[in-house]
This record gives sequence, structure tokens and C-alpha cells, in this order.
Amino acid sequence: MGLTEDQIERYSRQILLPGVGGKGQEKLLAAKVLIIGAGGLGSPVAAYLTGAGVGTLGIADSDNVELNNLHRQIIYSSEDIGREKAAAARIRLQKVNPDTKIIPYVVRLTSGNIMEIIKDYDVIVDGSDNFPTRYLVNDACVLAKKTLVHGAFFRFEGQAMVIKPNEGPCYRCLFSEPPPPGAVPSCQEAGVLGALAGVIGLIQATETLKLILSVGKPLIGEMIIFNALEMSFRKVKVPKDTSCPICGEKPTIKKLIDYEWFCGITKSRKEA
Amino acid sequence: MSIKVRIPQPLQKITNGRELVDVHAADIKGMIGDLENKFPGIKDRICDQSGKIRRFINIYVNEEDIRFLQSGETGLKDGDEVSIIPAIAGG
Repeated sequence: MGLTEDQIERYSRQILLPGVGGKGQEKLLAAKVLIIGAGGLGSPVAAYLTGAGVGTLGIADSDNVELNNLHRQIIYSSEDIGREKAAAARIRLQKVNPDTKIIPYVVRLTSGNIMEIIKDYDVIVDGSDNFPTRYLVNDACVLAKKTLVHGAFFRFEGQAMVIKPNEGPCYRCLFSEPPPPGAVPSCQEAGVLGALAGVIGLIQATETLKLILSVGKPLIGEMIIFNALEMSFRKVKVPKDTSCPICGEKPTIKKLIDYEWFCGITKSRKEA
Repeated sequence: MSIKVRIPQPLQKITNGRELVDVHAADIKGMIGDLENKFPGIKDRICDQSGKIRRFINIYVNEEDIRFLQSGETGLKDGDEVSIIPAIAGG
């Protein structure tokens, strides 16, 4: 493929890195990553993957930009309010790096469309804001054997892990079922520190880049937990669960499930 | 046995905002019992009606998930740190 002079200059600071080089940059330019949810997590993920020269970036989000998004969703401007997020993200990111092809999907993911959307991507990044989508994404990635980079937050705390089906545990090995509607405070009630979303999103972006470049040790089989108030990172072990309902020895889930939405179903639904 | 329990943010309403709570218990069941004595209502959030830990919550002794140890009978010793970690979904 070969890099142009401009590309060598643009990516020089990462091409210099051991384990990256021109070959690594070519891997990034050839990589296809799908970001699910262009909110507090998806924004920093998209910004950094675009900066790094990931060649194809799918962005799936059915929402429009709202004023209350802007404290953490850093790829949007005030003038984007009311626009479709995936479309606004594309315009902004294209200005950052014309090497990255941005493919917007203005759809809500369901059992009916997710397999078709994820099939062309190498890595899926989950930045969604609700349990039904998170379990749908996990199950779809297990069934399609796609690597999934999970991240989530609540107020001042966040979690991240990498799910590589067959090799390591999936999200259901960790938490086999989503909480029932009403068991956890809704997105709108919970609140979040904008910068916390950035920290977790950037852990996801970092893991995605490592996976594409095949450098370092991916966060497989363990979950990292960040606590912003204590400014602490902890890891816990996540073993593969042989009784996991989707990736265990005798799976009980054989097709995708559309769980009931309980994080608001109206137009006022917002990312937490 | 004096054990430190790390309470996740979604449950800190019940612990009056406290993240680290000291309990006296020899195993996980005892820990949940002592937590309930100190903070009535917290057991219901962690366990279902049959007393089993809910499927969207895990309990770790240090960094090990008790489901892969002895579940509720997992023994505790002085200085252990127990973490209660729920699934969260914000994005």
C-alpha cells in the first residue's frame, strides 16, 4: 500500500513507536472499527481513532445532539444541536483526518439489523448507554466472533474490558443477565462527570489501537475499574464461565434478544 | 474478622454515601448479613428473594470473583477487601 509523504508526517509521532512503524500505520489505515453510540464514550473513541488514522470508522447512533450532551460529547459543537449525531460526527471527524472514512448509521440497533451492520468490521466498540443494547451487542459479537471493546460508566466510576469470543470471557460471563427495568437508576437520574467518560472512552480507544497493532497485552479476562473520586484504577479477574448462557458449554441463548427498553423510550432519551 | 467492603456508587445511597465500610464476618454470607444490620435494605439490592446474589452483581474477594471460589461460603480473613461490583450501562 505505501504511505504518502503527508501520511508519514501526519502519523510520524506514532510511526516512531516501537511495534508501530510504517507497517503498523498501514494496519491502522486498513482497519475497520464500528463505534456503537456516539455519546460520552463514543466521542473520545471516535476522535482518537480518527486522529490515529483508522481507515474505516462506522458510527452507529440514532439520536440527535442535545445541549446537555456537550459537557462530555466532545466531538460536537453548539451549532450541532438538533443534528443527527452520526452525521455531525462525520462532518467534524472528516475535518480532523481525511484519511478516515466515516460511515454513519442513524439507526437503533436491534436483533434484526445488528448482524448485518457488524459483519464488515474488525473491532466493535461499545459506547452505548443502556443495558438492552449492551447485551444485544455482546451476544451479536459472540455469535459473529467479533472482538468487542466494552466500556461503561456510572457517575464517578467506570469499567472497561476486551471481549474476544472463543479466547476469553464475554460480558455474560461477567454479568449473565441485565438488571430488570427499574433496578438501577436511569441514565437521566444518574449524572456523570464529563471527564470520567473521557477516561473510559480513551481506555477503549487505547485497547482498540493495541488490538489493531497487535502490541501489548489486551484487557482480556480482566476488567479495569476506574474510580475518579479516589483517582484509582483496580482490576478484577473475569474468568470464562463454562455455564455462560451464550458462550458457555451449553448455551441457552441461540438467537438475539431485544430486551425491553427501560432507560426511557421517548425522544428525551439521553446518554448518561 | 475485620473486612473492608467497597460499595459501588449505585448502592452508596444506602450507605449514606460511604464507599468503604468495615464489617465483621467469616464468610461472604456473614458479610452480607452484617452489611444488612448496618444498612437495612442493602441485602435486597444485592440478593434476590431466594438469597442468591443477583445476576447483574458480582462480589470479589480482593480480585477474585466468588462465583469461581465458594460463592456465599467463600471464607474471609483479616485484611481482605471485598468489592461489590454491579453492571453499569452509562455511555
